[in-house]
Amino acid sequence: MSFINYVINGLSLGSIYAIIALGYTMVYGIARMLNFAHGDVIMVGAFTVFFGVSMQGLNPIAAVFVSIAICITLGVTIEFIAYRPLRGAASSLVVLITAIGVSYFLQNLALLIFGANTKSFTSMVPINPVRLAGGEIVISGETIMTILSCIIIMISLTAFIKKTKPGQAMLAVSEDKGAAQLMGINVNGTISLTFAIGSGLAAIAGILLCSAYPSLSPYTGSMPGIKAFIAAVFGGIGSIPGALIGGILLGVIEILGRAYISSQLADVIVFMVLIIVLLVKPTGLLGRKLQEKV
Amino acid sequence: MEKIPKIWRENLITYGMVIIAYAVMQILISFGLVSRLVQGLLVPLCIYVILAVSLNLTVGILGELSLGHAGFMCLGAFAGAFFSKVTVDAITFSPVRFFLAILIGAAVAGLFGFLIGMPVLRFRGDYLAIVTLAFGEIIKNVINALFVGLDSNGVHFSLSDRAALGLLDDGDVIINGAQGIIGTPQDSNFTVGVLLVLLTLFIVMNLIRSRDGRAIMSIRDNLIASESIGIHVTKYKLMAFSISAALAGVAGVLYSHNLNSVAASPRAFGYNMSIMILVFVVLGGIGNIRGSMIAAIVLTLLPEMLRGLDRYRMLIYAIVLIVMMLFNWSPKILEWRERHSLRELAGRLRGRSKV
Repeated sequence: MSFINYVINGLSLGSIYAIIALGYTMVYGIARMLNFAHGDVIMVGAFTVFFGVSMQGLNPIAAVFVSIAICITLGVTIEFIAYRPLRGAASSLVVLITAIGVSYFLQNLALLIFGANTKSFTSMVPINPVRLAGGEIVISGETIMTILSCIIIMISLTAFIKKTKPGQAMLAVSEDKGAAQLMGINVNGTISLTFAIGSGLAAIAGILLCSAYPSLSPYTGSMPGIKAFIAAVFGGIGSIPGALIGGILLGVIEILGRAYISSQLADVIVFMVLIIVLLVKPTGLLGRKLQEKV
Repeated sequence: MEKIPKIWRENLITYGMVIIAYAVMQILISFGLVSRLVQGLLVPLCIYVILAVSLNLTVGILGELSLGHAGFMCLGAFAGAFFSKVTVDAITFSPVRFFLAILIGAAVAGLFGFLIGMPVLRFRGDYLAIVTLAFGEIIKNVINALFVGLDSNGVHFSLSDRAALGLLDDGDVIINGAQGIIGTPQDSNFTVGVLLVLLTLFIVMNLIRSRDGRAIMSIRDNLIASESIGIHVTKYKLMAFSISAALAGVAGVLYSHNLNSVAASPRAFGYNMSIMILVFVVLGGIGNIRGSMIAAIVLTLLPEMLRGLDRYRMLIYAIVLIVMMLFNWSPKILEWRERHSLRELAGRLRGRSKV
């Protein structure tokens, strides 16, 4: 029975990774950059809710929407100020380092405003835990909420990309920026939209993450950000179903590894699995192989 | 008198800068003009310079992105410290012991660089970055959970806890899990650090100008073309990657002998450290050895210089980093700089005077 509990916990953590990985994978697909600051947007989202609810007594639901709005604004602003001027720069490393600078900036800004102490985050989920099989399997409210949100986000995002004009524009830009521009697509606007969606998802992920694991510090987003990025690579970067599969697998492997092998070596196992998967299938589980032209 | 070739001159300038900086620092110290804080930073400065120069070999010369450099530093640090702690009574003459520790640290890190490089170097770009990051984290986490003890029966290993080592009464725990190695001799000092910096520069700069180095750079510039003219791509990739790892190991040995303990903490050997080294390399100019050196020194001293600003210093550091990246690389700003550069201005003035 404890095995089933672990798997459920793994699904919950994996869903959070999947939501974060979506942001990574969409931005990578369109702008071809590793947005290292994505993890810190998660932290900003969680801090906004913490500040609103615990310090200002705001209605939790209102706080969640405020948080999403702030993260969207933040994501678009970061893209506009720090990444857009570097588009077309000589080396892709340059944008990576700038993203690291943005990440430092957000962490230290949070450090300045809220201090280094870990805050205890009150869960935003008003659902009672469900007990099954005579109370042996416990599914917490946070788990239900997380998995539900993940499913809803996946379905609506896929529908958005397949059925709407802006969604199709995103696909076109990720395929070929120049050709998309010639077809009259506003490339800059589409990239901004991608950052907006990714950052909005990061806010949701941050709130869910801190509801399930209620400690919040300026560095909260950093490790989940890296793990989610690994999930994105694992599933095949640039692929939306890949992010879902990668995230879920990563979460389950991490929780099972922590439970059955060693809590200290759980991360080692996660990284090992990543390396093995990439060695066997270098573009990730669902990634497309790009032919290199001479 | 024959003119010194340009390449030699360039190299001599780089060595000269290090030696002059060292001499100036020694004079300032002897006059008591250097604060304790900055004196404590001298060895770390050497460590960062070695790390930045060696990572530049992978990123700038080989042209592959590695985010696991701190992992190799960690291996070198622990291998060297392990050796020093075991032999601290056997070899009492510290320079010899430290020299051997450096050789061992470099060998272990280089060997792992070779072993990891073999499967990993077939990846390119961002995939390579994430896989090297993963390996760096694996190394750090495994060493963080590693217990090694020594008794009359030999060496014992465990990945769970101290008791699982099953040591005899005469045994001693050398690597104590998350606490790491405590009681390494403090053999590092500024002079040794500078000597190692010079050695690193010597190795890297000579490699670049050698036949092998040119082969490595041809892989960076065009993999398929260099393969087609018969360059053994895997061999040269591995060569650059393992030399870079071995030099990171040297930096690690310097690090673990600077204080009298070393632990595989995320702060010292995590991916953030690898990223910081990469920042030095990119800001100093990818492929520019002297640039990495200067960037490592300036960026290490910058937060200390900003100490007066107290809580705002890391925030300012971040802003400086972003602004410098934009200023140096943004196509629009580069164009603007081109138009408003001093040379252009001088040219315009000259043009006017002609008329």
